[in-house]
Amino acid sequence: MSIWEYANPKKFMQTSGLVLPWVAGLSALCIVAGLVWGFFLTPDDYRQGSTVKIIYLHVPSAMMAINAWGMMLVTSLIWLVRRHHVSALAAKAAAPVGLTFTVIALVTGAFWGQPMWGTWWAWDPRLTSFLILTLFYLGYIALWQAVEDPDTAADLTAVLCLVGSVFALLSRYAVLFWNQGLHQGASLSLDKKENVADVFWVPLVVCIAGFVLLFLTLVLVRTRTEIRARRLSALLARERMA
Amino acid sequence: MFRLLTRDLRLAVRAGGGFGLGLAFFLLVAVLVPLGVGPEGAVLARIAPGILWVGALLACLLSLDRIFALDFEDGSLDLLATSPMPLEGVVAVKSLAHWLVTGVPLVLVSPVLGVLLNLPVQGYGWLVLSLALGTPALSVIGAFGAALTVGVKRGGLLLSLLVLPLYVPTLIFGAEVVKRGAAGLTVGTPVLLLAGITLGAAALLPFASAAALRVNLR
Repeated sequence: MSIWEYANPKKFMQTSGLVLPWVAGLSALCIVAGLVWGFFLTPDDYRQGSTVKIIYLHVPSAMMAINAWGMMLVTSLIWLVRRHHVSALAAKAAAPVGLTFTVIALVTGAFWGQPMWGTWWAWDPRLTSFLILTLFYLGYIALWQAVEDPDTAADLTAVLCLVGSVFALLSRYAVLFWNQGLHQGASLSLDKKENVADVFWVPLVVCIAGFVLLFLTLVLVRTRTEIRARRLSALLARERMA
Repeated sequence: MFRLLTRDLRLAVRAGGGFGLGLAFFLLVAVLVPLGVGPEGAVLARIAPGILWVGALLACLLSLDRIFALDFEDGSLDLLATSPMPLEGVVAVKSLAHWLVTGVPLVLVSPVLGVLLNLPVQGYGWLVLSLALGTPALSVIGAFGAALTVGVKRGGLLLSLLVLPLYVPTLIFGAEVVKRGAAGLTVGTPVLLLAGITLGAAALLPFASAAALRVNLR
């Protein structure tokens, strides 16, 4: 039993079909529980009032925006090294989901920043990095769309993903160098003394778990769709040959 | 290798179009910005480093698709790929040719445009140095974008979308060098970082570009 068994599309479809309802259900449960808990059952912050509650959407989506790119990096590498089509399709499927999370993080951040910082947008390192990340996602998706042959597209986007990752990291440090931030630092780390208070922390963790599962659900659904689309085009091609 | 370089240079100069276009664009930016922003010297002096760097970057972007597109269309790229010279070398030489044709003229003309934009005196040396250090990175990164999109019809928009985020670190450090230099501050750190980006990109990206080209020529 090894993980490479799931590189077989048939095996992947079987297993993901079995797992999908559970992941989807669990994700819905976590998100609903986390958001209701966070929105209605936690006290308002003494300075920020109820605006602080947007954290339950902002932080999980921002985390997933970065992790989605990480997942695309891993699947792209697997495609380049082992040529498993499911892996390339999973990377393709993850990109729009990651883009959506990035946009959600930017928009919720703007909604929070308007009353708190007095501005929708500031050229803060974290905000700028996210804007650049949006551009990377857009370029990646556009390249998939533009190249017609699926294998060529998979190869080119995989190379772009590798190079893009290096440059995304470079940009992250470049913008840190360029401007000092307005954005607060990390406040969820396990090893730091000063964290968000427990009342906020527990529903937030539930929300993050929900978003991770949501990401997994969406990627599985989209990968399955891609595999079916690939099968369909193969059938059509075979019919045309006959 | 040297023959390929001279061939590319000759083509770029004689075929017209690409050679002067970037330079003209750079000039236009430097002339139009004061007309748009207003003639106050203090304001212009403050924004000059950024404008000059953004102008150079966009001027470079303009001619990127010509690095491989023409050779791809008439089939000479296939010949180059099957020649004994490694494809990585071809990419490196073509990036070098692009830099000599677009980057070097930008570097040479930038002090003149600095005058137009009222750049403080102590900034000129740093402007030339930062452009000389940074524009090779723009060409190498651009060659990577061009290699990715060479098979796409009308890939110009796609090319700029792909390359723009890759240009961010170079732009930030390059403009920072000029900004600090013009303000009379120490510039060691951004100069070193800029040089690091250029050297790193020139050393590693030709391999990625060659991989992309091989996929596109398959």
